[in-house]
Amino acid sequence: MEQNNQMTIIFDSRSCNEGFARVAVAAFCTQLNPTLEEVADIKTAVSEAITNSIIHGYDNQVKKIRIECRTEDKTLYVTVSDEGRGIPDIEKAMEPMFTTRPELDRSGMGFAFMEAFMDDIQVESEVGKGTIVRMKKTIGSQKSPFA
Amino acid sequence: MEQFQIRQKVLTIRMPRELDHHSAQEIRQEADRLIAEKNINQIEFDFRNTEFMDSSGIGVIMGRYQNIRLLGGIVTATHVSDRIYKVLQLAGVTKVIGIDRERFWNQGE
Repeated sequence: MEQNNQMTIIFDSRSCNEGFARVAVAAFCTQLNPTLEEVADIKTAVSEAITNSIIHGYDNQVKKIRIECRTEDKTLYVTVSDEGRGIPDIEKAMEPMFTTRPELDRSGMGFAFMEAFMDDIQVESEVGKGTIVRMKKTIGSQKSPFA
Repeated sequence: MEQFQIRQKVLTIRMPRELDHHSAQEIRQEADRLIAEKNINQIEFDFRNTEFMDSSGIGVIMGRYQNIRLLGGIVTATHVSDRIYKVLQLAGVTKVIGIDRERFWNQGE
């Protein structure tokens, strides 16, 4: 059985940190022996959450984003949080194709991707206080879509 | 090869290794400038080097698709790996643009 493990990173909400942050989470989860496909799923979901914090949470102002990762047996838990403007209507924000910033060429697929690539996602948000996105994925639970 | 190449009225864009919000911003700006200045009627997004893409990539493709379609132009994606295809498919992009797949993600296939 895998040992339970934990890590936290806090970094500036600059778009140049998106790559570093998703790779850090991917590297942390390799102890669960994920497939390439599972690693790609996790990287994509983390990238979506961070991008949301940068664009929507902080409106491109440079503040802090926090990622907490934890493993429990074969499950990876990832929490991405910011202290940004928050989401007034979470249900609406999670609808595919919905975006508050069409002028930025955003596809509105961020939350839909997080839902598709992870096993579970929960969003907590308070206007003016910030947003917490909690995701989890159990490694080895899914068949490869290409198998 | 240059990241942006124009032949006849076809703009070919070599997509970066990691296509995220950060890299998408630069591609979008340069692509839109070229489309406006060079009378482009076809865009080929070449994914041969791309190992990672999130929904920012969908925004880049669909934004250009919507612009050029109004001018009667077309958009294609080429050298698309299984992983990139999965992301495009999830967003419904595979229904609206031509895709040329390349299988190198799963070595076993």
